[in-house]
Parts: sequence; C-alpha cells; structure tokens
Amino acid sequence: MRIQFKTSYDHDIRLFKDGWQAFLYIALLALMVVLPWLIDDFFLGEATNVLIWATCGLGLMLLTGQTGQVSLGHSAFMAMGCYACVLLMEAGVPFILAFPLGGVITGLVGALIAIPALKLHGVYLAIATLALAILTDDLIVMLEPWTGGVAGKFAPAIEVFGLEINRWSSPAAWYYMALIVVLVVTLFYRNLLRAPMGRAFAAVRDSEISAQAMGVNIARTKTIAFGISAGITGLGGALMGLFAEVFNNETFTFIISIQLLMMIVVGGLGFIHGAFLGAIVIAFLPQVLSIATDSLGSTVAIPGLETGVFGLIMILFILFEPMGLYGRWLKIRTFLELFPFARKDMFRRQKSYLKTERLR
Amino acid sequence: MEVLQLLISGMANGCVYGLVALGFVLIYKATEAVNFAQGDFMMLGAFVTLGLVNPEFMGLNFWVALPIVFVIMGVFGYLLDLVVLRALFGQNQVAVIILTIALGFILRFVAGLIWGHEPLSLHSPLALGDLRMGTLVLGMADVAIIIVTFLLTLFLWQFFQRTKVGLAMQAASQNQMAAYYMGIPVKRVQGFVWALAGIVAAIAGILYASKGAIDPNAGFIGIKAFAAAVIGGFGSLPGALMGGLIVGIIEPFAARYLPAGWSQIAPYALLIGVLLFRPHGLFAQVRVKKV
Repeated sequence: MRIQFKTSYDHDIRLFKDGWQAFLYIALLALMVVLPWLIDDFFLGEATNVLIWATCGLGLMLLTGQTGQVSLGHSAFMAMGCYACVLLMEAGVPFILAFPLGGVITGLVGALIAIPALKLHGVYLAIATLALAILTDDLIVMLEPWTGGVAGKFAPAIEVFGLEINRWSSPAAWYYMALIVVLVVTLFYRNLLRAPMGRAFAAVRDSEISAQAMGVNIARTKTIAFGISAGITGLGGALMGLFAEVFNNETFTFIISIQLLMMIVVGGLGFIHGAFLGAIVIAFLPQVLSIATDSLGSTVAIPGLETGVFGLIMILFILFEPMGLYGRWLKIRTFLELFPFARKDMFRRQKSYLKTERLR
Repeated sequence: MEVLQLLISGMANGCVYGLVALGFVLIYKATEAVNFAQGDFMMLGAFVTLGLVNPEFMGLNFWVALPIVFVIMGVFGYLLDLVVLRALFGQNQVAVIILTIALGFILRFVAGLIWGHEPLSLHSPLALGDLRMGTLVLGMADVAIIIVTFLLTLFLWQFFQRTKVGLAMQAASQNQMAAYYMGIPVKRVQGFVWALAGIVAAIAGILYASKGAIDPNAGFIGIKAFAAAVIGGFGSLPGALMGGLIVGIIEPFAARYLPAGWSQIAPYALLIGVLLFRPHGLFAQVRVKKV
C-alpha cells in the first residue's frame, strides 16, 4: 500500500495523488495515442464511438453525478449542439470555430432553460426534462426549413487546418479528433471539481439546505451546472451527428437520453471514470449481443433485445452495485491494497429513511 | 356537433390517460416513488387479457378471464414491490426512477417476445361498434370507457374512505412513521398499493385495447399519462383523472384547429407551462416543506 504524506493543503486538490498515479494516466494516454496502429479500422470506429458517448456522458455526469439533478432530457441538448454546429458550418464558419460555438450556444440555452427548471425537484425535474426531450423531437420535425425535418441532414465535410477528416477515408484522424475533445473536456471537468464551483456542486448534491447554510447560492450553482452540462453534452451530440454523417429527429429521441442516464449509472454515478466505463458498455453491448445470438444459431434479429438486456443489467446494478462498475473496481482495489485487513462492511450502504418533500 | 364528437373521443382517450396517471399517483402517494413503468404495466395488463381471451391463445370467456387478469396483475405488482423495490426502501428517488424505466424496457421486451410486435386487437365485449345520431358518430367503446372510468373512480373513492386497507394506505402515505406507531404494517401496505396500481393498469389496458389495437410499444402513452399526472397535481387522485381528461381533450382539438404538428406538442407544452407556473399541479394538495 502506498501512503501519501501530505504536507500542504494543496496536496488535497492536486491533479494526481502521486507520481505512480500520474504515470498510470500518462501510460493510458500513450496507449490511446498509439491505438490506431494496434487495431483495425472497424474497432477504431467503435473506439471513436466510445469516446463520443463518453463526452455526452461526462456532460450528464456533471449534472446528475456531481450536482444531483436528474435529467431525462439531455438528448435535447445533444440535438441542439449538433444542429447548431452543422448550421454554423453550412453558413461558412470553419469547423474549428463552429464546433466550440455550438457547445457554447447549447450551454447558454441550457442555462436559460435551467432558470425556470430550478423550481423543480427530483421527480418533477426528471419529468420536465423528459417533456423537453420529446418537444425537441417534435420541434426538429416542425422546423423543417432549418433542420431538414424527418428527411434529416447530411453532415458537411470537416476540415481542420486544411486537413480533411472523414470517417471512411481517414478514421484515425476522426479518432484523434474525438480523443482531443474528450481529453479537453475531461481536463476541464477535473479542474472544475477542484475549483470552488465544483465543491459547490457537490454541496448542492449532498444537501441543499446545508449548502445554503454554507453560503452557496443554490440557484446560481444549479444554473451554471445545467449550462456547463448542456454545453458538454452539446459537443458530444455534435460529434455524434457528424460521426453518423446523416441525422434527423430520430437520432436524438428521448430514448437516447434515457440510455445516457443508464450509462452513467452503470459506469458509476459521480466518477469521471464512470462515464468512460459506461460508454464502453453501451457501445459494445450491441456487438456482444449480436455475437451471442449468432452463436445460439438465431439468424433473425430479436427486436428490443438490446434495450431489454440493458434494462436487466441496469436493475441488477441498482440492486447489487449502486456505485456502478467503477465502484466495484474501487472495492476490488481497496481489498488488494489493504490485503489482509480489508473488511466486508467498509463500503456498506448506510440505512436511510425516506426524506419526504411534502407535508402530507 | 363536431365539437361534441371531438369532446367524446377526447374524453375516452383522456380516461385511459387518467387511469394510468391514477396508477402513478397511487404509488407516489404511498411510497413517494414514481413508477415510470406504469404505461408498460398497462400494456402488460392488456396483453395478459388478450392472451387469456383471444381465440388464437387461450380463448376463455371475457368475464371469466377478468378476475384472473386482476389476480395476475395484482400478484405481479405485489411481488415486484416485495422482490425489487423493497431493496431500495429509503434510497434516493433517482434510483427508483432509473429502476422503473429499466423495468419498462424489460416488460416491453418480454411482451414482444411472447405476443410479437404486430398490433393485435382484443376480443372485448366493449368493442360495440358505432352509434349514429344524425351527423354524430359515437364509438360505443368510447362511451363505455367513460362509464367504466367513472364507476372505477367511484369505487376507488369509497375504497379509500370506507375500508380498513384504504384508510391504512392513506395513513401510510401521509406519515410513514406515525403509521408504524399506529400498528400499520407499512411495508405490506405499500405492497398492496403496488398490487392495486397493477390492477388499475390492467383495467386501463383493457379499455385501451377495446378502442383499438395493442402492441408492445403502447406503454409509451405512459409519458402522456405523466403529463396528465403532473398537470393534475402529482399528489391528488381526482387531479390525476382531471389531468388525464384535459390532456385527452386538448389533443383532438389541437389536431383539428391548430396547424399540423401542434397536437403532439400540445400536452407537453401544457405540462411545461404548468410546471413553470403551478409546479404542484392545477389541483394540488401539496405544501412546500420547510426546514
């Protein structure tokens, strides 16, 4: 077991706990960089898909995992980011500007939406955001002149500094683009958590009343959390639309936002790692299932199998491992590090009573 | 005449939404959990009935099958509470939301596996054909749905006012701790509430299937029922029915008098409006909690 000897308060908020941890993450980054030489184009596409889902997941994680607000409407922000980015590109803005601008626009809209949504708690917020997702789906159809309606839109060619990025002709370039976006978002996320704003997020999540007592402005904190979350998800949505090359209202149905929520719960709510682990599950589940059904000798696809299995995984996780995959890994790691001294009840869930929001 | 026609068919739809919303509210009042799978409960209830009644499956008499359906759905609700939801007793609401959504996915998958994805129609004695009065064409099923809903509401109201179980449910929902002190087995009462919600969902499903065909995705009307429950006020039983009627009536009128596309948006736009201006619903009984 490694022991960190802290000699300054700054050590508590360092990016890496010690040199070993820094080494591990740099090694992971190095692996990600050389990945295009290790796997073929098909799996590289899958890896890109994982990174895109992870970007969206990080956005929702900030809101649900860090600030404790459930949203079932993040597909709306994905759609918004995607259409904003593509419309800007069609208006002649270069991709390198249009992409972050799309995120900023989505973030601002998200913050605007958050202002009225702040009045709502838990279940009500979930329902309001679900309604938002469904409304967005219908609005995309209704605003046909801009959005192309049901027929959808073709993603324009992406060009960064004269280098054309195409999914088919240059999959490695696409992969690196997604990797850079994820890297920037993750660093931003990590730094945000170390900053006062991130601490305020956690305070609001754990208890609004105590947060208020500690001088956190709840309305402002929630609005900012909503805005940043929407912005990051918008970036992810833009990548998803561009990666799909053709997108319409169906690309961003409310089912996507439910999947997104399930993804971060499977991965581990409240951990950056959770968004990535969840993204790996959601991106590879269809492949695993199709291989499984093939080996069972069934040639026809079973409709709804994917969501059904995903629902089952979900229920098992909530019942037996509410901290998700990353929580399970933490337990294993703690067990190994402490080896003979780990105790069974170290991670036991505290018993709690229903905290009611109403008087009668 | 046209207005009356739209009104009746809207009310019939609204009754189905209202019954599903009633299921949400029953569970919410008793356990403060929200069952996002209530629409899928309805779909399941309809399919179980269909499996018992339709000649290509079991071919039982409708009136013989009815109590069997109620028992199946009631036991299903009770077991669900016993096995799955009780493990989350006192946990975060988020966990319950995600759990019930996942449950909905599974129910949809299982129903698709058993009964297929083609729309099927139920051999129901409520599908009576149309009644013509001058220019007015009334679906008899619509009228029957409105009557059944009315009777069911009356029954539930009496159930909550008069019976011991009903009173225990009210007590458990108002104050869990005090109900424990009074000797009410709160956990078992919550199980009964889930069973009751299952039965109400089955009735809603039968009514829905009598109006037209049913397929595994029918559970998605649960989302409209959500809108109904929120519009009416999540904590109020009559509010849920009223909310259902409002949503049901708005839809055909928006489809008739507003440009295309608005009728899909209208219920959700109303929902967001209500959430913004009267967050606890039009018929709210809720007071804000103070520290």
